[in-house]
Amino acid sequence: MADETQGGVAKKFLYVNRRAPYGTIYALESLEVVLIGAAFEQDVSVAFIGDGVYQLAKGQDTRGLAVKNFSPAFGALEDYDVSKLYVDRESLLARGLNEDDLLVPVKVVSASEMAEIMDGQDVILSF
Amino acid sequence: MLHTVNKSPFDHNTLETCLRFARQGSAVLLIEDGVYAALRETAVSKQVQDALKRVSIYALKSDLEARGMQNRLMDGIQLVDYGGFVDLVVAHNTVQSWV
Amino acid sequence: MKFGILVNEGPYTHEASDTAYQFAKAVLEKGHEIFRVFFYHDGVNNATRLTVPPQDERNIVKCWSELAAKHQLDLVICIAAAQRRGLMDAAEAKRHGKDANNIAPGFRISGLGQLIEAGIQADRLVAFGG
Repeated sequence: MADETQGGVAKKFLYVNRRAPYGTIYALESLEVVLIGAAFEQDVSVAFIGDGVYQLAKGQDTRGLAVKNFSPAFGALEDYDVSKLYVDRESLLARGLNEDDLLVPVKVVSASEMAEIMDGQDVILSF
Repeated sequence: MLHTVNKSPFDHNTLETCLRFARQGSAVLLIEDGVYAALRETAVSKQVQDALKRVSIYALKSDLEARGMQNRLMDGIQLVDYGGFVDLVVAHNTVQSWV
Repeated sequence: MKFGILVNEGPYTHEASDTAYQFAKAVLEKGHEIFRVFFYHDGVNNATRLTVPPQDERNIVKCWSELAAKHQLDLVICIAAAQRRGLMDAAEAKRHGKDANNIAPGFRISGLGQLIEAGIQADRLVAFGG
């Protein structure tokens, strides 16, 4: 946890994604926060829980919906120094997914590991 | 940590998910439709009672009363008003809102 | 303590804005400070000047405007979310060639950086959503 908050030590920000892409706007607009937030040089992590894991699914093709496919942006996160992506193992398993089905390298964690990660954060934004 | 849950446990898995990640000693505040999880003799009461062994659970009084559920509160769940909500936020280093 | 408040849903459809408002009032009553209230996703709709709720119902937009005036609160709606949903101030309307603007008093439009800044500067950031 950060000791200072004013122009001092970076705070630990965790963005928690729990919703599937396209059915609602939360996934897209949450990614926008992560990308903008990346410019502020804080310590950023992103978590995918529940249907949030679907945001990282390979093979998204939105041409039939005439909606922007924003999943390539996950591949750009590393360029923004956002490389701590945590995926809830139970959520993946429940959906018949594994790491190979995901667009980007992630750390698959258990609930207790995720809880520990969450506990160490200063700011948690859940979308 | 303070967790808030605002969804009914009968309609969403939000509470269940929150409890999966709420560590021993943390606090869970039920607000809005989340207060339905604070009631006795429902399909989720046992799950909530079990959770009480590890976490403190609170419910927002105004939301319980608005829904006519004030006489069905489970033992062990503490009622707070908005001032109490603020105090809970102050008392915990971080808040995670499960929406 | 310094609080940041994030409102992620619009007025009336979800309880989020009501809860956030009551929470904000309680924060101030307890003697704490509100660094910023940031409105994101449909939360930007809390800033419309054109709302006319039924007479016997609370006027959520007015509640926020009045709270802001009374306590000099910084109410910010996200520009990207606002553009998507058609919330404009005079400058934005001119910039985009729109024939009207609709921001209520007390609100201003700015970038997501204001939310991040609130997370950095406040001691606690509390989100209200749907």
